[in-house]
Amino acid sequence: MAEKTLTRTDLSEAVFREVGLSRNESKQLVETVLDHMSDALVNGEQVKISSFGTFSVRDKSARIGRNPKTGEEVPINPRRVLTFRPSHLMKDRVADGNKS
Amino acid sequence: MIRSELIQKIADENPHLYQRDVERIVNTIFDEITDAMARGERVELRGFGAFSVKKRDARVGRNPRTGESVSVEEKHVPFFKTGKLLRDRLNGRG
Repeated sequence: MAEKTLTRTDLSEAVFREVGLSRNESKQLVETVLDHMSDALVNGEQVKISSFGTFSVRDKSARIGRNPKTGEEVPINPRRVLTFRPSHLMKDRVADGNKS
Repeated sequence: MIRSELIQKIADENPHLYQRDVERIVNTIFDEITDAMARGERVELRGFGAFSVKKRDARVGRNPRTGESVSVEEKHVPFFKTGKLLRDRLNGRG
């Protein structure tokens, strides 16, 4: 499963077909969308796309980790991580589309 | 930020486009990602992150209220992994 991988090129091709802008402009617009989402997240904002899902930033506190190979303790610094929570619509569509 | 704010930002930066077209552009991008995952495909957006589908095996679950066992069928769920560049930016690097 999941053999095929789509990239920015496929998304800009879809925009090109759907809206009829040039390929170049379609590509730039895909980039702009991703840039705006990234910037909002980096500013600590939540990005909520109805019927798609919600991206949120969470703060993780420092903890002691362990190198699983050597057993050595290593400090893990506090950090911010991004989580994506898919909408019910997306969950249903993915579950239905992949039913065996 | 919500979908309409994202659309507005892009419309403001691109005064030569109709608002309606900006809406279609933004909606197309998200629809395309969902459609790909519904087909079991991955969507890899370097620097931002990758959307993929994970399989959850069938299992015996329990109704938390009654304690009764119920069989839960195998299912597929959407998954997102943050890209390296974005992860670094979230932590003030790059």
